[in-house]
Amino acid sequence: MPASDNAFLTALQLILHMDSDLFAIVSLSLQVSLVAVALAALVGLPLGAALALWRFPGRNGVIIVLNALMGLPPVVAGLCVYLLLSRAGPLGEWGLLFSPTAMVVAQWVLVLPIIASLTRQQIEALHGEYAEQLQSLGLSTARMMPTLLWDARVGLVTVMLAGFGRASAEVGAVMIVGGNIEGVTRVMTTSIVLETSKGNLPLALGLGIILLALVTLINAMAHLMGETAKRRLG
Amino acid sequence: MKKTAIITSASLLSLAWGGLALADDDYITLASTTSTENSGLFDAIIPQFTDKTDIDVRVVAVGTGQAFETARRGDADSLLVHDTAGEEQFVAEGYATERLNVMYNDFVIVGPSDDPADIQSSETVEEAMQRIAESESAFASRGDDSGTNRAELRLWEDADVNPQGEWYRELGSGMGPTLNTAAGMNAYTLTDRATWVSFENPQDLTLLFEGDEALFNQYGSLLISEERHPHLKHDLAAQWHEWLVSEEGQAAIADYEVDGQQLFFPNAE
Amino acid sequence: MNAPTSILAPIADLQLDSVSFEHRGQSLLAPTSLTLSGCRRTVIMGPNGAGKSLLMRLAHGLLTPTTGRIYWQGPTPVQAMVFQRPVLLRRSAIDNLTYVLGIHKVPRAQRKARAYQALDTFGLTSLAHRPARVLSGGEQQRLALARAWLLNPDVLFLDEATSALDPAAIKAVEDAVMAFHASGTRIVMTTHDLHQAKRLADDVVFLHNGQLREHTSNETFFSAPRSSEGRAFIQGELVW
Repeated sequence: MPASDNAFLTALQLILHMDSDLFAIVSLSLQVSLVAVALAALVGLPLGAALALWRFPGRNGVIIVLNALMGLPPVVAGLCVYLLLSRAGPLGEWGLLFSPTAMVVAQWVLVLPIIASLTRQQIEALHGEYAEQLQSLGLSTARMMPTLLWDARVGLVTVMLAGFGRASAEVGAVMIVGGNIEGVTRVMTTSIVLETSKGNLPLALGLGIILLALVTLINAMAHLMGETAKRRLG
Repeated sequence: MKKTAIITSASLLSLAWGGLALADDDYITLASTTSTENSGLFDAIIPQFTDKTDIDVRVVAVGTGQAFETARRGDADSLLVHDTAGEEQFVAEGYATERLNVMYNDFVIVGPSDDPADIQSSETVEEAMQRIAESESAFASRGDDSGTNRAELRLWEDADVNPQGEWYRELGSGMGPTLNTAAGMNAYTLTDRATWVSFENPQDLTLLFEGDEALFNQYGSLLISEERHPHLKHDLAAQWHEWLVSEEGQAAIADYEVDGQQLFFPNAE
Repeated sequence: MNAPTSILAPIADLQLDSVSFEHRGQSLLAPTSLTLSGCRRTVIMGPNGAGKSLLMRLAHGLLTPTTGRIYWQGPTPVQAMVFQRPVLLRRSAIDNLTYVLGIHKVPRAQRKARAYQALDTFGLTSLAHRPARVLSGGEQQRLALARAWLLNPDVLFLDEATSALDPAAIKAVEDAVMAFHASGTRIVMTTHDLHQAKRLADDVVFLHNGQLREHTSNETFFSAPRSSEGRAFIQGELVW
């Protein structure tokens, strides 16, 4: 990888000479985080909607725990997943430690509370608006769920972006469960840590700029989509 | 619109997922230390091993303490670290069946170029350590129970110094971050030569003391017990273990240089 | 127009027996007994806070009474409700209608055609693919009526359905109410507008301070109200 004293120059050089190593790191980062967010959405959207729509004993407890878990330090999430997937742990037989799958699991743990918690807020607000009409149309609470999730879609894209931001930016969890193995589990953030520890600060910052650019790009796309949808849907 | 969105996201997801399924070639997971990884040694010697045996070596580079723990839990097929006492204990506990000397490099003391404690003129490493303590010059310690940290504590003990006070700063970081911090606060620190030579952010730090035999840093390879962890790839790990101490492996280690300097000195018996 | 099937059979009476409603210990509706029957247009009137919307929501089943009983004397009829602020889904006008047909298990192949028919009935055909929530207030309310129309309701509830509209839009809603009624739908509505009530009501339910003061015919209420509050109300003495 090229290096210079200027981080922006380094970032530019990295992009221009996009070598296969860097490409692998960037695409693994995106793959791991996107899959983690998608799987977290699969559970988090219905979970958040269910929390918004049903009253049951202990509901407040669940909400508080989910809100608190939004701030779970990635290292702690990583450590828990590590102990779970380690050979000496309960799921050790699956042999998943130090693999991209383990990284997906760790990020899933980090992203799920964000998606579930923010989805609950969005759906609760929309439910306040829709409840009487949907009830008048004869919908049971369970059948309201898909309608509310679909009609909240613009806001929920932002929710998933928040999850993606958390996943793509964290390093503590993937470092522990992935092991930062070159060509196997090395992603943008762990590369940045590695280059920093080598004292190669411009390269580390250059990688950081690329990561930021990618995340900005994804956010911009989602934002534009949301704005268009808002204008179209009112 | 709904259907298209679902189909699009489903296909994106499967695409991303497909990309994560990796070819399952023969490989072993090696737990080793950040200092070895950061020096670039593995990038130089592992391809030679892979060419010969078709076995890939995946390096998980962590602190020595964590490397032992990783191997103890059965998460690594092989172990290459630099803490002879710890390694011997690891064998005694039955986690490894064999420990072999592979190579050594040495520790050096780096510090601010004006050398306020004047360790450049000291005869022995004990004297150098004493001068740092007496002048209360800032010293950055890894403080992370790594091999380097353990070596540093032994040096203080040998020098009859109990490192305490504002000048002694325990960082709880790896070698690279410790060097970054030491450079930032212009402090002395103990580092392995390999990391130092390939370190790119020295600022005002310079090499001030080297060469005392007490600074030798011995690396050992451990063959993990099949009895303890039957699921590991013992056959492949044994090939790596034997290759490291073979003539070929030893030559590969000796050939690795940074800026014309040899960093590791093979010493298998 | 496809007439509601229920025109063939009489619509069940809605019976309220000593129904009351409390919220956080405060009584919002004193025990009330009331029968709504036949294919009539009943207008619920009263000053602000009298409990009009509350009574309607209880009747429609959106709220559960604190005491008393609400029941249909016969099979539960098909009901629909149009709100003061129409709640339209964040999709196109036509999709808002096919959505309702989907809920009621109308075969997919028939949904589009029936939805377009309803749009046509309410003069909204040209807006079919516009997002429902960017339509004007009057258009939104007509779409809400078209949605109710698709349900072929035996009973239609309207809660202040014209209070936010301009005169032309009010006229369109009133025409729609008459069309529903002509096709055999019982109408239950609340309004602020005395003239509208006079135009539309067969009978009037008058509430004051959460109490039913009278339930009389249009003629009686507007010429010789039985309650003193009713009298004050039509003379404009009661502030609302």
